[in-house]
Amino acid sequence: MRYAMAIDTKKCVGCSDCVVACQTENNVPVGYCRDWIVEVTDGTYPQLELEIRSERCNHCDNSPCVRCCPTGASHYDEGGIVLVDHDMCIGCAACIASCPYDARFTHPDGYVDKCTFCFHRVKKGQQPACVEVCPTKCMYFGDLDDPDSEVSVMLKKRKYKTLVPEAGTKPQVYYLI
Amino acid sequence: MKASRRDFIKISSLGMGGALVSGALFNFTKGSILSDTFQASDSFTRTPTYCEVCFWKCAGWVYKNDQGDIWKIIGNDDDPHCNGRFCPRGTGGVGMYYDEDRLKTPLIRREIGGKQVYEEATWEEALDHIALNLKKVIDKHGPECMALFTHGSGGKFFGDFLKALGSNNITAPSFAQCRGPREVAFLATFGEIISSPERIDIRDTRCLVLIGSHLGENMHNGQVQEMSDAIDKGASIITVDPRYSTAASKSNFWMPIKPATDMALLLAWMNVIINEGWYDKEYVEKYTYGFEQLKAHVQSFTPEWAYGITSLEPEQIRATAKEMADAAPAVIIHPGRHVTWYGDDTQRLRAVAILNALLGSWGRRGGYYNPEKIALPSWPHPPYPEPKRTWRDANPGKYNLAIEVVSNGVCDATIPSPDRDCNFKAWIVNGTNLITTLPDQKKTLEAIQNLEFMVVIDTMPMEITGYADVALPECTYLERYDYARNSEHREPNIALRMPATEPKYNTKPDWWIVKQLAKRMGVEDYFSWNDIEELLDWQFRQVGTSLEEMKRIGVKKFPRKYDDLYFHEGQDVYFNTNTGKIELYSTDLLAEGFDPMPVYTAHEEPPNGFYRLNYGRAPMHTFSRTSNNPLLHDLMDENNLWVNPRVGREWGLHNGQEVWLENQDGALSTFPVKVRLTERIRFDSVYMVHGFGHNNKQLTRTHGRGASDTEMITNVKTDPIMGGTGMRSNFVTFRVENPHKEEVTS
Repeated sequence: MRYAMAIDTKKCVGCSDCVVACQTENNVPVGYCRDWIVEVTDGTYPQLELEIRSERCNHCDNSPCVRCCPTGASHYDEGGIVLVDHDMCIGCAACIASCPYDARFTHPDGYVDKCTFCFHRVKKGQQPACVEVCPTKCMYFGDLDDPDSEVSVMLKKRKYKTLVPEAGTKPQVYYLI
Repeated sequence: MKASRRDFIKISSLGMGGALVSGALFNFTKGSILSDTFQASDSFTRTPTYCEVCFWKCAGWVYKNDQGDIWKIIGNDDDPHCNGRFCPRGTGGVGMYYDEDRLKTPLIRREIGGKQVYEEATWEEALDHIALNLKKVIDKHGPECMALFTHGSGGKFFGDFLKALGSNNITAPSFAQCRGPREVAFLATFGEIISSPERIDIRDTRCLVLIGSHLGENMHNGQVQEMSDAIDKGASIITVDPRYSTAASKSNFWMPIKPATDMALLLAWMNVIINEGWYDKEYVEKYTYGFEQLKAHVQSFTPEWAYGITSLEPEQIRATAKEMADAAPAVIIHPGRHVTWYGDDTQRLRAVAILNALLGSWGRRGGYYNPEKIALPSWPHPPYPEPKRTWRDANPGKYNLAIEVVSNGVCDATIPSPDRDCNFKAWIVNGTNLITTLPDQKKTLEAIQNLEFMVVIDTMPMEITGYADVALPECTYLERYDYARNSEHREPNIALRMPATEPKYNTKPDWWIVKQLAKRMGVEDYFSWNDIEELLDWQFRQVGTSLEEMKRIGVKKFPRKYDDLYFHEGQDVYFNTNTGKIELYSTDLLAEGFDPMPVYTAHEEPPNGFYRLNYGRAPMHTFSRTSNNPLLHDLMDENNLWVNPRVGREWGLHNGQEVWLENQDGALSTFPVKVRLTERIRFDSVYMVHGFGHNNKQLTRTHGRGASDTEMITNVKTDPIMGGTGMRSNFVTFRVENPHKEEVTS
């Protein structure tokens, strides 16, 4: 079992629905977010390109945040999902500094928080809230070990990239380009 | 100085009950709108609703956590408006319920110690006060001097109320400030309007042409979804926009047109398609009227001619014409939605309609389909009295082809003038912030000063509420029933909205307010249902369902009565026009003294040092109504001004710098707006998202954030055909110093 997400940059319109759906689903405090939108414009008028990405924790196979956590609060869970145990977290923020994706933040209640791939939903066989809500259906979530899962199929069919591959983190969020 | 009859009153200026009534505010710094025990339980209750954050009205489910608090809203899988997926505004609709700045109790304008203030009132007092004053207006001027401005579901009850009293001046800015020109243009061409949701078959199209339409930034949910499906299926997208919009970035062809010249492009496309023989000959022959006139008419409009006007390469014009023709009839030249731009908008949309007709896309799969809806009977009531005058009498000889009441026409006719025998004396305003909806704010405010009475019903202290004689707090859509949504779609369907929870504060639903007013005004016979549940259940039973069933399913689809989603091969079709054909040459326009075929008119150009102000939408906001919503504000808390870096260099502007705007008439923006230097905008125009720059301090979160485009729209080009207000002939320049600072030299 290896959970992963593929996001189609050709379809994403950057509407932020994934952001607000995550906030309501996961009770993320106003002013914080576990996922966010990045727009990259390249070129000069009128020769332009625009890439829009919905970003979040990459649930890396080789996660610097797990390695550097002094209490073991940051850990790999089922299917490689990287989670933070709120009770074990002392809020030292070492993981925040180690993450090349700036995916973590300190929750007002003192612990470090981030995307969980909606583990509470996935456990029940549901899709993460961001995937379920996306009006453009540009996100695919599933098990990479299953060759027939939507995410496996998309990665076979399309060209893709990952973010900051040079950090060697083996990220599990893939961008279809 | 003459005192103003109607000073702007900040909702909190007296007795400030507004703010104090609220005991149970949720703590934003701590965050939780919601209890955080939600993961522990699966025993959520859900109730059906359809969204009221925009006009798309997606149906969904409101979930509560086990504390009974509203938790989240999720789309209804059976709803063709959303297919189970809400847009960010719908998802964030929860914030509308939790917004602590809401109107909380009825307010009545009183003069105390020479100062106009709002006094908190009970519903009893407020409704009595309204009934008394409306009766006064009716006795003095007749019921026809009342007008209703509305945008939203609750307004239907007020519409019924007005009709019962004897006025049919019911208007929505969605006509003359938005989609009116396209409805009139398509009616003149095909004998039918586009309506909402648009009857376009993007799902199955092979080529989608967007003219200034920024799908994806405007989150017209079903359309954005279908555009995404079309991308998946390899459809071609052509986007015409001076700005590199999100849609432009998804397009096979982006045409960075010089603003205000779209008509020249449309005519050149017709020229190429006709002269190259790329039009659908059989379709044109069988279904259209006036092809030979059109052919002769467009001969001089070559791509080379258009190049000089639009700055688009002739080769690109030809290539895109070919792209459309190759896809035909599965091609959509998109009719747009907010199309009131330059005052010749009906004619521009006529050109769009004609292009669709030439390519045979009307009535064809992948083009325009024929929607169907069911007949949902109205609750029986006595016949409405026949109004003696209508808004048309107040605007003699004008806008004869308008098919809805022209809101700016009502506004104009509220200002006394010797060439008119009557003026509007009372307004009821429901769910539309006319201060930012209507262009030319000065005129709107002058009209308001001339009213004898104005009631505003809203959920939020929008600017318009500050001018009301009575402001009534309606509860949000999450706390109320409304009429069922009865939509026209590929499959007819209805959707139920029911309260997910009790109304917060001292707020009430519109159906209740209207029933109470009707009793006081002696027209209760028109509202003889006991409560809305009885009304809805009766209506549902007429079409084979019930309130009980609708509560369970939320959306009910009905089979189509007629097998006419698309034309059948070789079918004879009668079009509802004077000639019974698709009119390439419009007999209606000719009869009214307008050009029967569209012509190009050069529009005003920006003066030296000024830039055309273009405005649009952001996916997480609707009009000006959502900018204070805590969840949506968090996604986008201000607008900024898109400026081409070349222009930025000339002016020495840097990213994030605050500038004030000044337009060609000297109008200054109240607030500054941050500059966003971006290659995505042409050098001759600037762009900002509509709906920011609120000046009511009671909107605590959004007050003073960003600038208002409406303040800059003082040059209004009225469409003589249907009264639409063209808003894109306004030009702004930058003021880097605060122009509102007072400097005294002695």
